Amino acid sequence: MSAGSFHVAEHLPALQVMVPLIGSVVCAVLRKSWICWIVTVLCSLAMPVIAIALLDQVQAEGTISYAMGGWAPPVGIEYRVDAANAYILVLVSLMGALVALYAPRSVGIEIAPEKQGWYYSMYLMCMAGLLGMAITGDAFNVFVFMEISSLAMYTLIALGSERRALVAAFQYLVIGTIGATFYVIGVGLIFSMTGSLNLYDISDRVWEAGSIRPVIAGLAFITIGIGLKLAMFPLHLWLPNAYAFAPTVATAFIASTATKVAVYLLLRFLFSVFGVDYTFGLTPAAEILLILAALAMVVCSLSAIYQLNVKKMLAYSSVSQVGYMVLGIAMVSELGLTGGIAHLFNHAIIKACLFLAIGCVFYAAGVTRTENLAGMGRKMPLTMGAFVIAGLGLIGVPGTAGFVSKWYLIEAAVEQEYWLLVAVIVISSFLAVFYIGRVVEVAWFRAPTVTIVRRPPPEMVAVTLVLAIMVIVFGFWTEFSAGVAEQAARVLLAGYTSGGGTGG
Amino acid sequence: MRLDVILRVAAKLFIPFIIMFGLYVHLHGDFGPGGGFQAGVIIAAAIVLYAIIFGKAAALRAVPKWAVELMVPLGVLIYAGVGVWSMIMGGEYLNYNVLLHAGEPVGTYDAIHGQHWGVFLVEIGVLVTVTGTMLTIFYSFAGRGRPDE
Amino acid sequence: MSDLDALADRPLLEALATHYNYWITIFLMCAGMFIVVARSNMIKTLVGLGIFQTSAYLLYLSPGKILGGTPPIIADDLAVYSNPLPHVLILTAIVVGVATLALGLALTVRIHEAYDTIEEDEITDVVDREDYAATEAPE
Repeated sequence: MSAGSFHVAEHLPALQVMVPLIGSVVCAVLRKSWICWIVTVLCSLAMPVIAIALLDQVQAEGTISYAMGGWAPPVGIEYRVDAANAYILVLVSLMGALVALYAPRSVGIEIAPEKQGWYYSMYLMCMAGLLGMAITGDAFNVFVFMEISSLAMYTLIALGSERRALVAAFQYLVIGTIGATFYVIGVGLIFSMTGSLNLYDISDRVWEAGSIRPVIAGLAFITIGIGLKLAMFPLHLWLPNAYAFAPTVATAFIASTATKVAVYLLLRFLFSVFGVDYTFGLTPAAEILLILAALAMVVCSLSAIYQLNVKKMLAYSSVSQVGYMVLGIAMVSELGLTGGIAHLFNHAIIKACLFLAIGCVFYAAGVTRTENLAGMGRKMPLTMGAFVIAGLGLIGVPGTAGFVSKWYLIEAAVEQEYWLLVAVIVISSFLAVFYIGRVVEVAWFRAPTVTIVRRPPPEMVAVTLVLAIMVIVFGFWTEFSAGVAEQAARVLLAGYTSGGGTGG
Repeated sequence: MRLDVILRVAAKLFIPFIIMFGLYVHLHGDFGPGGGFQAGVIIAAAIVLYAIIFGKAAALRAVPKWAVELMVPLGVLIYAGVGVWSMIMGGEYLNYNVLLHAGEPVGTYDAIHGQHWGVFLVEIGVLVTVTGTMLTIFYSFAGRGRPDE
Repeated sequence: MSDLDALADRPLLEALATHYNYWITIFLMCAGMFIVVARSNMIKTLVGLGIFQTSAYLLYLSPGKILGGTPPIIADDLAVYSNPLPHVLILTAIVVGVATLALGLALTVRIHEAYDTIEEDEITDVVDREDYAATEAPE
């Protein structure tokens, strides 16, 4: 072997995961709050740069394959980036960077001083785990990164200021570990039938495996395992408490990234690894996912209307929005997948903006109950204005990001003549009017009851406004959010074996 | 436990050998059961034995909390550092073949010794982190709820 | 692993006797899940979780054992090799399980300090009452 030199462009997949991981460890050594924040900002600003560079490379050259440790796949672990991957990487890194910029004073007020350094360390570790989950092409490596991100998330949630945060973290731990173990069992069955752990290689061998029953059982276990991480109805019971009692910056980051990466993983397994013919031809996966998605959209929107705590309401709303993404998956068409994947991106921006706006309110007045938001609209117009814009995006008003993805979903449902589904989509969007409308009515049309203790600092309001502007911008500029989603949908529908590996 | 002479003397005799056995298990991980994780747990078990017999305060004097809390990230840094070293030398992340330059044909790599050193260093990283983690867990849980030591 | 469809045709006792490792795995899986779901003490929940995870390890390890297999070293007299991959995977999974157990126990200790109990139904009662009280008075 002759000596080479180090070109950054060749090592982007490895750097995407290693930079936040090393940053997390450096924070664990240093542990002083402001130094850790600087390390966090540096690492999380580097992430979108690397992710966008990877997306450029994928669109120029096709699928990137990076062999970890120099061991060629399928024997070694490979990091495999194509359009679906790169989309998720850009989303997670962008959200991580924005929330990190918002964080310092919000963390200062919600987390005890000696634990703030650990907060930043766990934040970077969670980001590393999520990015690794999205980028890797090896089934067991997915489990390792899944548990890295999950353990970091349990710690992030437990750092919340109330004691209910500890109970929420424990419940999430138990349910999340069951989900991860289901995933391991599924991968074990697939490994024993196909002899390989590399996702691309498994897709080659799935049809030639000896008997079908273990492989389908493996697929079922993997789906349930990922469904627990994804908060697919009815496996969502951990989510409301976890989002409500965690520190606001943790909730904003987790709500905009964790479930989205799990949706990507489900897409990867159902479409690329097993292939459309196997998953939807041999199992009733499409019907089951359709029913669960429709239930999620309606039941959880109804639950959201009854919540008195704004964060819990947004949490139930998240579960119903995940239902939209699963609906896109279950329709198994290019339009449906485009809608589902675009909704990943749009919902992440909308939910992050909503949670960060509530974070500003909490910083200013210490309240998160809907009644106590009375009159906030006049006292904090910028913040509540951002909340209203993001809320309109959640409802799906034309001109906002949410409308774009819902339009694709309705188009897909009309194309397949699922008229009941069109009605369900419209009804649940209408239900969103109720729960967002309650907050808007209390904030703008009632006299103020709570005093503002301190004004939120400029960086918090600025990031919230940036996200609100992004909600509007992505409602009109769909070349990235829907365009790359369409490329991703085409790559996923083609599957790994039938030439889906070449071309972005 | 402090007052039992037999336990104290036996522990003082055993603990160095337990640590030595841990290092043996670590270094012979290539040839038999062993490796970083197992060795880390054995070394941590030796210190836990010391803490059980002589008391947590004595163990904290021997292996203080700041050292243990430093060991946890230090091992990960060693492991990640090997990977970064591989990248700088021109190979992929954690490619052990490119770690060392060969002697005679200038500009090529010494794969055999590179593999040897690579595995050795990452196993040391694992050893340090696992020992630190096990001891952190023990120190956090031990002696809680007791009014005095 | 022989064809499962053919297994269905054989008498029950033979199926039990030849594939006893899978039956043990399934029993542990069900036992672990039952403990997690049915027991309200947090420590018992964590123990049940551990049993459930152990059954998943057995699912990998028991088919991975090749009778008469040797480590994969090329030598003249060695023919049947054991695949080291399942064992390495389970080592990783065990480490993850230990980390999860440690985190769960740390959370249990903190919950005990905050709520004075580790029975989940008592804690759920208190949490529900706190949630309800929070809706009455200003936070």
